[in-house]
Amino acid sequence: MPLKKTPQVFSASIDTVTIGTGEKAVTLGGANVMPLYAFDAPIENKPALGLELSDAGYNAELPKLADFYAGAETLADQAKRAAALDGVDFVTITLNAADPTGENRSIEDCVAECKSVCETIDLPVAIQGCGNIEKDEQLFDALAEALQGENVLLLSAREENYKSIAAAAGLAYGQKLGAESAVDINLAKQLNVLITQLGVQPTSMVMNLGSAASGYGFEYVASTMDRVKSAALAQNDAMLQMPVVTPVADDAWSVKESIASEEDFPEWGPVEERGVQMEISTAAACLASGSDAVILRHPDSVATISALIAGLM
Amino acid sequence: MALKGLDIFKLTPKSNCKECGVPTCMAFSMKVAQGAIDISKCPHLSEDALAKLSEATAPLMKTLSIGAGEAEHKLGGETVLYRHEKKFVSRDLFAVTVNAQNFDEKWAETEKIDYERIGERMYVELLDLEYTGDVAAYAELAAKAKGTGRTLIIDTTDAEAARAALEVVAETKPLLNGANAENTEEFVALAKEFKVVLGVQGEDLDAIYDTIKAIEGKGYKDLVIDLGSASIKSAFENAVRVRRGALKGGDRSLGYPSIVNVAELAPGDLHMQQALASLFTVKYGSIVVLEQMTYAMALPLYGLRQNIYTDPQKPMTVEPGVYAINGADENAVCCTTVDFALTYFVVSGELERSGVPVNLIISDAGGYSVLTAWAAGKLSAGSISKFIADQGIDEKIKNHTLIIPGKVAVLKGELEQKLPDWKIVVAPNEATDLVKFLKDYAAA
Repeated sequence: MPLKKTPQVFSASIDTVTIGTGEKAVTLGGANVMPLYAFDAPIENKPALGLELSDAGYNAELPKLADFYAGAETLADQAKRAAALDGVDFVTITLNAADPTGENRSIEDCVAECKSVCETIDLPVAIQGCGNIEKDEQLFDALAEALQGENVLLLSAREENYKSIAAAAGLAYGQKLGAESAVDINLAKQLNVLITQLGVQPTSMVMNLGSAASGYGFEYVASTMDRVKSAALAQNDAMLQMPVVTPVADDAWSVKESIASEEDFPEWGPVEERGVQMEISTAAACLASGSDAVILRHPDSVATISALIAGLM
Repeated sequence: MALKGLDIFKLTPKSNCKECGVPTCMAFSMKVAQGAIDISKCPHLSEDALAKLSEATAPLMKTLSIGAGEAEHKLGGETVLYRHEKKFVSRDLFAVTVNAQNFDEKWAETEKIDYERIGERMYVELLDLEYTGDVAAYAELAAKAKGTGRTLIIDTTDAEAARAALEVVAETKPLLNGANAENTEEFVALAKEFKVVLGVQGEDLDAIYDTIKAIEGKGYKDLVIDLGSASIKSAFENAVRVRRGALKGGDRSLGYPSIVNVAELAPGDLHMQQALASLFTVKYGSIVVLEQMTYAMALPLYGLRQNIYTDPQKPMTVEPGVYAINGADENAVCCTTVDFALTYFVVSGELERSGVPVNLIISDAGGYSVLTAWAAGKLSAGSISKFIADQGIDEKIKNHTLIIPGKVAVLKGELEQKLPDWKIVVAPNEATDLVKFLKDYAAA
């Protein structure tokens, strides 16, 4: 008796969301099979990769990263490097310097910097806030207006500040919007419902279900994504069919394994390699669980993860 | 495929003899169907009926064990495709390849990976013995590898080499990988003679499946399926189709643990091997063979595995106790939070980043997060003060300043009453604000 092939193809599918404009625009989502199961049915839009830049600069203590950005003084120059890297589908700017408890850079300066990046590269741009609820709200409002026509992805609107961000990004200025919730299927769905109730089309938004580095509670990420994908596909739940965008970089590069110095842990070896392997492991696990896009920080991680995706499609 | 009580009842003598300890044959059958009693308790079942029943009531995926004594490891026995349905039972094992030429050097590196994380020893459980064409050298390699105490994989399709190695190490219960369409006869004979688990290989899943059927036909069922190294795509496809075919499709000829050699899928590329090892840890690998294991690889990989294989009903916890951070001594300030592993890692990570020496006091809070533990009464002024008294922290630590999580600021007053000679300080709500808070605190 030969082996039976029973592909698991669903009649429902993940929404498609396009970010950026022109030839380099990227479409996320669209699959009608479980994550990466290209053998069940072709996956038209492969998972996308974003390279993360910070307005607070890169970590110049990491030799390879410093080498990659050497001579690129401004964020726009760094974006040019990032955009030229093989495997990068979009560039992400994280506005760390806007944080009121840190540098507290002004809204105008942040907007100007993002604008210069959008003008310099033709790749789609995603923008992450600083994590401060009020500041992010003001930032995203201003960015949505200033970057009109660029079709950027603004990451992310949270339960506390989604209203004005959704109104500005999703309704008034035609940008794309990320809905961020804390690793929980019910919270994710609730936020999606609230945002769509304002009139934002599901095709104008993605989900940021939250993330965790490998070893730091990743089981919640894996199970939340497993459940979200099966609700979206098997139960045709329209409020969970948005593509999932996971900012891996921030978690992967802030755990002890990626920052503890080699002097403190000589047997662990160089810091940079540890961070890269943490980022690779986390990104691969996220993709296996259901991310339609991951955001990475290191060029070496991009090389490996883009090759992994290509190998699986 | 669970069998119904009625189907089992049809095969019983229906005599209600009570010899099984149950009043009626019907009641017995219902209990068997629920898995509450073993079918063999009925002395009157025919051989035929017994065979039929044990087949039908057997789990969909086999549980096997490889290695002997302390190095014994369980493989397989999974019952679900997604971990939120039920706990994944047998964590995947990691192997490093060694051969006759590079053994000493590679073992020296591999041996260094040995540490503990949340109560679990993290090390390379298996050594994969590559055959490089010299039978005598292979037997010598096997003997050396046996001396490491790790579980071995005899990785060859050459029957002569396999025999030479098995003669040296059979009592350590290695995995013999592999049987294929050409050598089925000889490898099944070897596996039976030396009583070892047999890995099955083939150029694609159809070929593997045919070989499995042939081996099962010879009465051998202690098998592991090699997912192959034709391409990343086919190895992943095979991993999913094998597990899904067994657990969803009910095909027991696919109900075996898997082995995937990522060293062959991405030779020389440790970054890609890391990506693949992570992928197969999340999706359906039972044994992952790597070219090398470094700390940079192990730290994320073992952490990921520990996460994926936790019980979804039972949170990971750390041992209650006092953790000295940044070289804290008896004069360093005290901080407290819950024993939920995730909270512990986040908080201890931030404390480390602050560079300020802190004694982190972890009391038993039932494995809940701060607010949940507080709501459930597991984290209270009483529980904290009792823990401090029980552990003799009053005497051990001279600095009687206790920083409590911002989310349970309400405990401050009660704690001040229960711990009159302590100064209670409330930390910020979020762990991310701890670095600044502690730095400011240390400066003040």
